[in-house]
Parts: sequence; C-alpha cells; structure tokens
Amino acid sequence: MTQPTYRVSHLDALEAESIFVMREVVAEFERPALLFSGGKDSIVMLRLAEKAFAPARIPFPVMHVDTGHNFPEVLQYRDRRVAQLGLNLVVASVPEAIESGTVREPADGTRNRIQTPVLLAAQEKYRFDALFGGARRDEEKARAKERVFSFRDDFGQWDPKNQRPELWSLYNGRHQPGESIRVFPLSNWTELDIWRYIERERIELPSIYYAHDRDVVVRDGMLYAVNEYLKARDGEEIVTKRVRYRTVGDASLTAAVESDADTVQKVIAEVAATRLTERGATRGDDRVSEASMEDRKREGYF
Amino acid sequence: MTAPAPVADDSRTVDLLRFATAGSVDDGKSTLIGRLLYDTKSLFTDQLEAVEAVSAARGDEYTNLALLTDGLRAEREQGITIDVAYRYFSTPRRKFIIADTPGHIQYTRNMVTGASTADLALILVDARKGLVEQSRRHAFLCSLLRVPHLVLCVNKMDLVDWDQQVYERIADEFTSFAAKLDAPDLSVIPISALHGDNIVTRSEKTPWYDGPSLLHHLERVHIASDRNLVDVRFPVQYVIRPQSTTVTDYRGYAGQVASGVLKPGDDVMVLPSGMTSKIASIDTADGPVAQAFPPMSVTVRLEDEIDISRGDMICRPHNRPSPAQDIEAMICWMDETRPLTVGGKYAIKHTTRTARAVVRGLQYQIDVNTLHRNEGATELRLNEIGRVRLRTTVPLLADEYRRNRTTGGFILIDETTNRTVGAGIIREAS
Repeated sequence: MTQPTYRVSHLDALEAESIFVMREVVAEFERPALLFSGGKDSIVMLRLAEKAFAPARIPFPVMHVDTGHNFPEVLQYRDRRVAQLGLNLVVASVPEAIESGTVREPADGTRNRIQTPVLLAAQEKYRFDALFGGARRDEEKARAKERVFSFRDDFGQWDPKNQRPELWSLYNGRHQPGESIRVFPLSNWTELDIWRYIERERIELPSIYYAHDRDVVVRDGMLYAVNEYLKARDGEEIVTKRVRYRTVGDASLTAAVESDADTVQKVIAEVAATRLTERGATRGDDRVSEASMEDRKREGYF
Repeated sequence: MTAPAPVADDSRTVDLLRFATAGSVDDGKSTLIGRLLYDTKSLFTDQLEAVEAVSAARGDEYTNLALLTDGLRAEREQGITIDVAYRYFSTPRRKFIIADTPGHIQYTRNMVTGASTADLALILVDARKGLVEQSRRHAFLCSLLRVPHLVLCVNKMDLVDWDQQVYERIADEFTSFAAKLDAPDLSVIPISALHGDNIVTRSEKTPWYDGPSLLHHLERVHIASDRNLVDVRFPVQYVIRPQSTTVTDYRGYAGQVASGVLKPGDDVMVLPSGMTSKIASIDTADGPVAQAFPPMSVTVRLEDEIDISRGDMICRPHNRPSPAQDIEAMICWMDETRPLTVGGKYAIKHTTRTARAVVRGLQYQIDVNTLHRNEGATELRLNEIGRVRLRTTVPLLADEYRRNRTTGGFILIDETTNRTVGAGIIREAS
C-alpha cells in the first residue's frame, strides 16, 4: 500500500474553486445564464459547468452577444457545442438592435461599445439575475481588481470604488430586482492555465486558435484578417501569413499573431514564452485609452 | 528579455500558494511585486511599455512600477491603492496568486479581504523607519485571520548600508511583538526590492544573513499540512438530482470538502438532523474517487435515503461541530455608512447556510495598533475590530476559527442595502 499523498495540483485547485463558484450561483440565484462567445475561456467554463452538475445537465442557458462580425468557424463551433450539451442558446443580436434602432452603428464600423446595451437589454428581457463571464484577472489591470461575484446596479454598471468585500469563499449574491451579479469563475486562472486545462481535458476548440494561413493586413502593428467586416485600406498591402488567434472577439477588432503552433502542445510552449499579453497582442479595443476596459466595465460590459 | 518564461513543466505536480502583501504606503510594496514579476519573467512587454509611457507622460523621474498594480483611474489620480488587486506568476516549482492589498488604514477591510484566503503574508517595513503602526496592525490582522506563514521583509537595506544591526533590531522588535500574537511561522528577510537583493537569489551584500532569498522561501514553504485533514466537514452546497431518462434515481450531495478526508464506506452523520449513514460513493465528472480532501469539489452519495438539503453538513458521528445559536466572534466592521451596534440585525452567511443574526453584546473594541481592549465601546465603525456575541435564528454548524478557517468564518450582510458589512471569526459557539 502506498501512502496517501493528499496532493492537489494548481489546476485541480483552480478547477475545484471554479466548480464551487458555479454551484453557489445555481443554488442561490433564480435565473443564471452563461455568456458564451465560442472563445477559449467560455469553452472552458462550459466544461467546468458540465463537471459541476454531472451526471445532470448544465442547469442554465447560454447567451451569445452576437456583434454580427463573427469568424464562421466560431459560430459553427458554438452551434455544435450547444447541441452536444443540449443547452438553450439565447442570442443577443447587435445587428437586430441596429435594425430596430435601439443602438446606432458607430462611424468606424466597430461594434464593441454597442455590445453593452444589447447585452443589458437581453439580460432584462430574460430576467437573468446572474451572468457567468469568462473574464480572468490576469487579462487586464482593471480586471485584476474584479471580484468573483461582481455586483451591478440596474443599469448594469460596475462601481470599482464600491465593491463588496469578498472574504474566504463566502460570496454575497444578494440584490434587488433589476440589479444583478456578474460571476467570474475563472478569475484566478491565467492564459497558460486555460491552455494547460484544454490540453488536460482534451477540449476541442475552434480551428482559428491553431496556426493556419490567412490573408491579413498590418495595421497599428497588428495583423488583421481581411474579410467582409474588415477591408484593406488605401496603402495597406494584403499578405498571406501563417497565423493563429489568441483571443476570439469581434472579427473587425481582433488581431491574429504569427505562429506555427498547430497543436495544443505547441500553443502551450508559445504562450509560455511570449512576452506580450493576449490583449496587448491582439485586441484593438483595449488600445483606445489607458482605462478603456475600466470605462467599458463601468457601462455594463463584462 | 528574450529568455522564455520559466513555466511549470508538469501541471499535475505544481501546487498553488496564495499570499497577501502588507505594509505601509511607502515601504515599497509595489516595487517588490514589480520586482517579483519582472525577475520571474512574468511581466509582459506591453504592460511594461504602457507603464513606461504613462510614467513619462506624467513626468515621473523613473518608471513607476506602482502603475502596474494600481489599475483604476481613481488610484492613478491619487497615487494610492484603493482596492485589492490580484496578480499571478509562476516558477517551475509553484504557481502564485498575490493579493496586493492597500496600505492605508482606511482600507483595512481590503487587507482583511486579501488575507482571508492567504497561505502566507509578506509584511514590508522600511529599514530606515523600522516598525510603524501599520506593520503592527497588519501583523495583528494576519494573526487574527490565521494566515499560517508570515514573512517580514526588511526593505530598503541599501539605504542603511546593509547594516546588520539595523536589520537585527527590527527583526527582534517584530519577533517580540509577534510573540504576543498567534503567529505560527515567522521568517525575516533583509531585502532591497529596488535593486533585487535577496529577492530571487541570495545577495552578496548580506554575508551575515544565512537564510533563503524571498522567492526561494515562497517556493519551498511547506503549506500542505496547513490544511486540516482531521475533522471531516462537508457543507452541502447543492443537491444533484438529474431529471433524466438515462440517469434515474441519482441523488448526490455536491460540495467542496472544508476539512478532513472522506472515503466510501465511512460512517457519517448529517447535521442538523443527526441522522447517520455510510458514504456509498464519492463522485466526480471523471468518475468515482477513492477519497476526497480539501479543497476538492465532489459529489457524495449516501447508502440511505435521508432528507438533506443545502446548508446541511456531513461529518463523522464522533467528530462534529456543535450546532450553535450563540456565537462569540471577532468582527471586522466593513461598512462606512452605518456602524455595528448592539441590537443590530443582519443576515449571516456561514458555509452554505444563511440565517439571520442579532448582536446581543459588544464586549470590547480592540485598538489594532496597541492591542488595547476598549471595553467601553458601544459600536464598531468602519475598519474597527471587536468581540461580539451574536444570536442566530437557526443553529450554525460552526467550529472555532483557529481549528477551521472554513467552518469558523462568516460574513454579515445588511438586509436593507445587501452590502457585506462584517467579517466574523468564531471564537466560541454554544
């Protein structure tokens, strides 16, 4: 007989914490939902949700805030995964909101900022009182200050100076009608943890996360794919490069990185060695100002 | 910086250490964190460039590493840390979560927040100034919250010419102060965060110091036995009952093991009902497991059909918490709008159980700088700590906090504002 070791690896510890958080939400809220973009973080959240409630099904719907600027591979993945798990999918559509006049398309054609009112309108329509988000504290300095249970007023606003203290694992989800809680089960995970977990759990991802050839233009030092949402501007040369995506967002704002990493192991090696954060490398929306993430979170973005 | 970041090469064996940083405002906390991140290659080029650009634009004479951790507009405007920020780095031996807590006294509640889950706390002092109120206050808070390991970092040693006597005077003073506290493990390290001495490697400037570098200590401090593996406590979080044609008659009790080791076949008792049964199996999505221990999240099935719901606790028949409605606790008050007063009623959240509580008495308020007990106190205001007696509407399945950080802690919630207003540490339950 070998001695029991009671060993807990860091991935096991993170998984156990995330599962605990998800169960707390389902136990204490009336109508939770999970924000699902088809990106790696929300994909990992779905896996954790599967584990938290097995052998029962995931007991809440998923919501995609759809800017209409999608990578087709990601939409296909979304629909396949939702069907596999037998989930309800709620689509909060930015194009429909533009059509109906509830939001106006910004002059530059990017839809990141107008995602927020569409998200909030869908939350109100379906009366979701808790929304799981895949945000991680390692992503960005404003997110480093975020609670696991993040209180939002009835305008969906985050007030960073007025956050509830969060002690031990005693989460306070109380709120008035109209108010809600954003819940971040992956708060303590890093990009590398996410990839190691994807490897360990053998989780399938949309193919754009792995190296492939794509037509891109170089803009502001970043590589943007040329597609129906993003055209080359005058003087920009279209080149074919071997790239992959570190984050998946609005196709008009999300840049690729040059990479030969076509397997999860190669991606892990690359992520471990990189000197750029994933947002710094690939997200045009974070470059607007020093505090653009904080400002968007204050408005109700997750 | 072209060398690849050192990464944990085996994610199955690398463990996790959570630590909180404490210390007064100008003791170099942000510099130390910046240094740890930089020297472990955990600082990214774009983060550093952003900080350099902001520093230059503000006319700072040197790159202000505090901007790395002070992420909010208001913090940058005022140049102070308001709220806890969490930072992450790793070495081949361990992953680290830093709770970077504010130094100012008006944010004591955030220090308490960061320390509540910490395995270890770093307390910084400026070698030129020695111990100040803030050092004592933070040491006291760490002992109150039973942070198992304390490390006193005597910083800015370069500014006192690496004088061994200065270091020893501070170390002695702190050690004798800590003797009055409940600090199980204390280390003292002379450092210069700015220059990186004794941070990652031992410094040549301290030939008289024979201890480890800070990172060496963080990597090797033994935390596995800080967990309580003796007293079985499994607060039931959620009952899993699939409504399914393929899985029938499944009834599992989901939760995270607070302490102890559970195994199939173990005799168990369910509180508060006192019903007994045996563990039939311990399930996870990856299949059944032979044992469960903290901090595993699992699903327990019992051999007998017993009525069990969220808020109940599975334990061993001969080792169980006593269901108690009269609670003696230290409370750290966290609400700026209304103080805690005798007669005040609050919601109380303890493990997975929520009830209501009334404050029956306030024995004393403690001065966190002198440890003096003010027995004439009639209320606890923001950031004040005192000993109170509570009566709860339903029994809490409570242990003394010093034996169990999970079943010994609770929060108080104001039922009109829904804000978390107090953190409680149970001293006695009856």
